[in-house]
Amino acid sequence: MKMTGAEIFVECLRREGVETIFGYPGGSVLQIYDAIFKQDHFKHYLVRHEQAALHAANGYARVSGKCGVALVTSGPGATNAVTGLADSLADSIPTVCFSGQVPSSLIGNDAFQEADIVGITRSATKHNFLVKRVEDLALIIRQAFHIATTGRPGPVLVDIPKDISIDVCEFVWPEKVNMRSYQPVTKGHPGQIKKAVRAMLTAKRPVLYSGGGIMNSIGSAALLRELSHAVNAPVTNTLMGLGGIPHEDPHFVGMLGMHGTYEANMAVSHCDLLVAIGSRFDDRVTGRLDAFAPDAKVIHIDVDPSSISKNIHADLPIVGDVGVVLKQLLEEIARKDGTPDAEALELWWEQINEWRAKDSLGFEQSADGAIKPQTVIRRVHEKTKGNAIVTTDVGQHQMWAAQHYGFNRPHRWLTSGGLGTMGYGLPAGIGAQVAMPDEKVVVFTGDSSIQMCSQEFSTAFQYNLPVVVIILNNGYMGMVRQWQEMFYESRYSQSYFDSLPNFVKLAEAYGGIGIRVDRLEELDAALDRALNVTDRFVLLDVAVSKEENVFPMVPAGAALNEMVLS
Amino acid sequence: MRHTITILVENEFGVLTRVAGLFSARGYNIETLNVAPLLDSTISRMTLVTRGDERVIEQIKKQLNKLVPVIKVEDISHTVHLERGMLMVKVKAPADRCEELLELAEKHDAKVIDDHIDSHMILEFTGKVEMLDDILVELLPFGIIEMTRTGPLGMRRGAKGFTV
Repeated sequence: MKMTGAEIFVECLRREGVETIFGYPGGSVLQIYDAIFKQDHFKHYLVRHEQAALHAANGYARVSGKCGVALVTSGPGATNAVTGLADSLADSIPTVCFSGQVPSSLIGNDAFQEADIVGITRSATKHNFLVKRVEDLALIIRQAFHIATTGRPGPVLVDIPKDISIDVCEFVWPEKVNMRSYQPVTKGHPGQIKKAVRAMLTAKRPVLYSGGGIMNSIGSAALLRELSHAVNAPVTNTLMGLGGIPHEDPHFVGMLGMHGTYEANMAVSHCDLLVAIGSRFDDRVTGRLDAFAPDAKVIHIDVDPSSISKNIHADLPIVGDVGVVLKQLLEEIARKDGTPDAEALELWWEQINEWRAKDSLGFEQSADGAIKPQTVIRRVHEKTKGNAIVTTDVGQHQMWAAQHYGFNRPHRWLTSGGLGTMGYGLPAGIGAQVAMPDEKVVVFTGDSSIQMCSQEFSTAFQYNLPVVVIILNNGYMGMVRQWQEMFYESRYSQSYFDSLPNFVKLAEAYGGIGIRVDRLEELDAALDRALNVTDRFVLLDVAVSKEENVFPMVPAGAALNEMVLS
Repeated sequence: MRHTITILVENEFGVLTRVAGLFSARGYNIETLNVAPLLDSTISRMTLVTRGDERVIEQIKKQLNKLVPVIKVEDISHTVHLERGMLMVKVKAPADRCEELLELAEKHDAKVIDDHIDSHMILEFTGKVEMLDDILVELLPFGIIEMTRTGPLGMRRGAKGFTV
């Protein structure tokens, strides 16, 4: 059957099982938007800025387990998308972004709304394509989804010149994608599995350290928990890995790294076996490299070979999908009828519980004093029973949410971990709400971060998405101020806002509900009201104590056991 | 340490930029780089020379493999292998020194590919990198008008081939 490029685009998305795309029209994609108008296979959500389309697609992908899809026009439309692509690359989130391009004959001509987006996004994507013939379009789209969703997932950009979307050819659907140059490994090497199990069963002070890889391998969280119980090892999560094990599980010792718990960082610093599972020894996790887990033998399980022995030497590398490898490990333990070293582990847990007793996340909330940001997060946890989908922006509120929300399940915690993108939270929350219309979505944000994508309130309003946005408003760029206080003798250079908008009115202007909370006794009622709205977004502007700092903290470049506790 | 890495890639536009961009983005240096399609023109073969300790080279190999159009990567430095580069030099050739120049060319198995007695000659040499360096030193006194050279191409010895 003959089709235009734009029709092929729609047909391919249908066949890929796409139900939702986020985008913004413009000159170079008008043909595609016309084809979208005429179809009802997937729903298009109109954002207000292309960056938000990518963040929404990212949020959608994280909670649904499907590939996020965005569509933007050429030139500025595409360059606006770059931050969102880089964000998905850093956090390994499967997304495909289609960008319009000026007609093939004008490429390189400095045409109106032309940008060399394939060149610009080469280092912000896992891979990208420029479509040169309409006959190639279907195969490229197929390959784009394949690359985005397999191996270590990531963003793929497909640049479609306008003439390609108009050109006509016979539509051929490639049933299979087979790329000789792209063959990700999924199964762990059996010999390595045996060695790993032996190491785990003989370890005296083991720690399992899991990251975002658990989120990308659907179903692996349950296996992680099973493994931690089988070998009776504590589990610490990275920022990206929160929810990988229920926070109430006694094996969970909290997040590790710069703002990790005392027990997690001390356990890592004293362990004799560290099993990294879908995590990549990021500098925010390790602190000073030469002092990181100094006594540990390191097992590193990762789907991306280039993550292994990049920062920390792995004594036992296992390349593979973490879910598949965890299953192999559990099977090997069962086959051997293996049990861990109970005596040593009893001592190890005694030590861990001693560290735990420090209650490093503790804080004091006086009844008449300013609202502590941690209080807000904990109250939301109580009211949502730890089951909300939580997104954040970047800064102090992000760390407090990570420390205090308490996640019960995977795929409920959406934060910009690798790139640290202020402006991520609201559009990601929109994407998550679109994917899970019946779930409660809470966006924790700061008075600075929210202003980086606040136009998206308009999107939330248009689609009646009842996201609850909670601003922990301290009138500062809190994390910048904290670093300035600690490392720059309190010279608060450009980190103070003396002209914040009236957020309540802002919410109302966009058609939502705005609530201001100044005193602790107002908090519960405001949260109850906000969390029960189902037909529109709610913004809660909570005045929190202005100079609260995030603790514990490992100063940049210090060792994990050199934590500042308060 | 100097490493010679051979790479098979899909012969598609942009792949050279991806390889070069990987090196610049991660702060590695490319000393030389040669690329050309194979008989099967869907594949190009690159020979890339870079420097780094074992950890850096390991990371370079992994990052290269991570590029979607890269089919195969091998660091041949530690293997028994051959390397050959090519050098083209335009040298001054006054009548009284022509004989001397031709002798030098013969000694190094060079080809005289353009010959203008009493004016200049273009000589073509192939050989190991160090040999080509030495030849340039020998040619210097004649007066080098212009030169261009490739980085080395590399291939492992033995009956086995580096193929897809």
